[in-house]
Amino acid sequence: MDSFAALAHGMAIAVQPMNLLYALIGVFLGTAVGVLPGIGPALTVALLLPVTYKLDPGGSLIMFAGIYYGGMYGGSTTAILINTPGESASMATALEGNKMAKAGRGGPALATSAIGSFVAGTIATLGLAFLAPWLVDVAVRFGPEDYFALMCLAFVTVSATFGDSPVRGLTSLFIGLTLGLIGIDKLTGQARLAFGIPELLDGVEVTTLAVGLFAVGEALYVASRRHHAEEKLEPVRGSLWMTKEDWKRSWKPWLRGTLFGFPIGALPAGGAEIPTFLSYSTEKRLAKHPEEFGKGAIEGVAGPEAANNASAAGTLVPLLTLGLPTSATAAMMLAGFQQYGLNPGPLLFAERPDLVWGLIASLFIANAMLLILNLPLVGLWVKLLAIPQPWLYAGILVFATMGTLAAKPSVVELSMLAGFGVMGFLMRRFDFPIAPVVIGLILGPIAESQLRRALAISLGDPMTLLQSSISAALLGVALIALLAPFVLKGLGRFKANED
Amino acid sequence: MTPDSAPSDLPRGPASRSIDRSGLVIALALAALAAVLVWDASQLQSNTVYGMGPEAMPVVIAVGLGILSIGNLIDALRGNLPARESADPKAVWLILAGLALLIAIIGFGGGFILATTALFVTTSAAFGRRAILADSAIALVMTTLIYLAFDRLLTLSLPAGPLERLL
Repeated sequence: MDSFAALAHGMAIAVQPMNLLYALIGVFLGTAVGVLPGIGPALTVALLLPVTYKLDPGGSLIMFAGIYYGGMYGGSTTAILINTPGESASMATALEGNKMAKAGRGGPALATSAIGSFVAGTIATLGLAFLAPWLVDVAVRFGPEDYFALMCLAFVTVSATFGDSPVRGLTSLFIGLTLGLIGIDKLTGQARLAFGIPELLDGVEVTTLAVGLFAVGEALYVASRRHHAEEKLEPVRGSLWMTKEDWKRSWKPWLRGTLFGFPIGALPAGGAEIPTFLSYSTEKRLAKHPEEFGKGAIEGVAGPEAANNASAAGTLVPLLTLGLPTSATAAMMLAGFQQYGLNPGPLLFAERPDLVWGLIASLFIANAMLLILNLPLVGLWVKLLAIPQPWLYAGILVFATMGTLAAKPSVVELSMLAGFGVMGFLMRRFDFPIAPVVIGLILGPIAESQLRRALAISLGDPMTLLQSSISAALLGVALIALLAPFVLKGLGRFKANED
Repeated sequence: MTPDSAPSDLPRGPASRSIDRSGLVIALALAALAAVLVWDASQLQSNTVYGMGPEAMPVVIAVGLGILSIGNLIDALRGNLPARESADPKAVWLILAGLALLIAIIGFGGGFILATTALFVTTSAAFGRRAILADSAIALVMTTLIYLAFDRLLTLSLPAGPLERLL
């Protein structure tokens, strides 16, 4: 099979000493930043993007692989030890893991999450390696109208179908699409929504938006509600190791979690939320002692953590093969590619197989490094968690500013950062989801150019969107996904199951 | 998701059924944004013979925003917005003041270290710290180290001011 050959070739690239070092730095930085409360994997990647600016694309993408998995791992450590899930996908972990930590079983909770992440990440990355070439074969047959339809489907699923409120999700998406319009139109060279400000002609930087929404917005939000109860850091007491009983109770949830996580992550539907909650409720149903759930059941950490990691690897499938980001983190990864002028998709597999397969192979390596590094280093991560809140958020804002200034040293850019911060604060306060804004900004311009290309080929006939059977089918699914939440109230309300 | 923001379609008591003023502002803002998009699109020249010109997509998005403005308006009139917790406006304004200071110092050439030190101290104060001198010292050391690491080691150019030129 050519996946094997390609993967072996990728491995040969990934194990070069410099690349191993990049992966190690990525894993270390990713975990260190991801472990900080309130910082999810998307913000981890956004904050660390400047560190990779001066590297060559290969090294930078390898470091990215490490940051991505490291950020995921760091997030679950935080969820277990202080019950502050950095993202909704870690909520199930926080539910049971924090109870375990309170009961003095923080060590086994961290261990089952680390080993489960490794198992799930490895299986899912293998899945990625074998699924990707096949999807690339399908994707080369896609015309621009099919890509446009696929993006419409992704827009709908990330914003409307699975959120709390389709109206608020779509509002977020359309704000992102509006931001995506800013700048010079690539086909005609005319400036849109620039209002005569030269800095706006290049468009809005994805990193500025993400850092503003996630970092500045989060700092403002947490500061505004500081007087509400503060979360307590649970010390890790007792043994770090899992007992025989823990192993016995963990391995099946790991595998089931992977089975939920990878396929759902790989669909252009986005979000690790659904597989983690599916895994949580499945484990609760199958457990021998369901009464332990809610009081610290190890299955409730093992399953969702595996599902979360498997779906993170799953989202790389549409990202690498179609250039389609379906989560905020994947959108940041796409921004990482774009800073080198690389566009993930079938063409990249053909033109730069060294980059793509080096990245995929590095995911295995990053995963293994995390397993080896993290349990021994858990004491260090706990110290990071203990940074007092004022310094933590002040430091986060300093780093956010630094990243923005390193990308574009201008007052306009900083003002946008502050503006997006206020927007992020208001969106949190009024419960608008944030990921659709980021996805709208990065995917909107791509969708527009695909649509315009399709219409130029068809001499302006919009029926071209329905004449291609792929495009017609995708648009049909998108329409159903858009209307379903309005028709079937209660669909996708997995969050209601939590208590 | 915090447990306090329950799904919006749960039945509520009569108290929350009143009109939500913030919701009205959101709906109005979306409508205004749609209007700006249409106005901006009308300034563009369409010289495309076949297919879409540059003005088509802004109009499509403006229509979407208009519909969503109505959707948000309905939610606001029904009082369907999620419940909000009390917020501390002083903390928010302190951080915003810090960001304004940051922008001003960078704008007037004060350099990275001074600007981010100001941001650090105001943010820390917003989170309840009162030791401004100690925080300033910590911030100066930290931002100087960051400046050195990124400017010298990674050769990313960060804005330089009087302090940076001494290094």
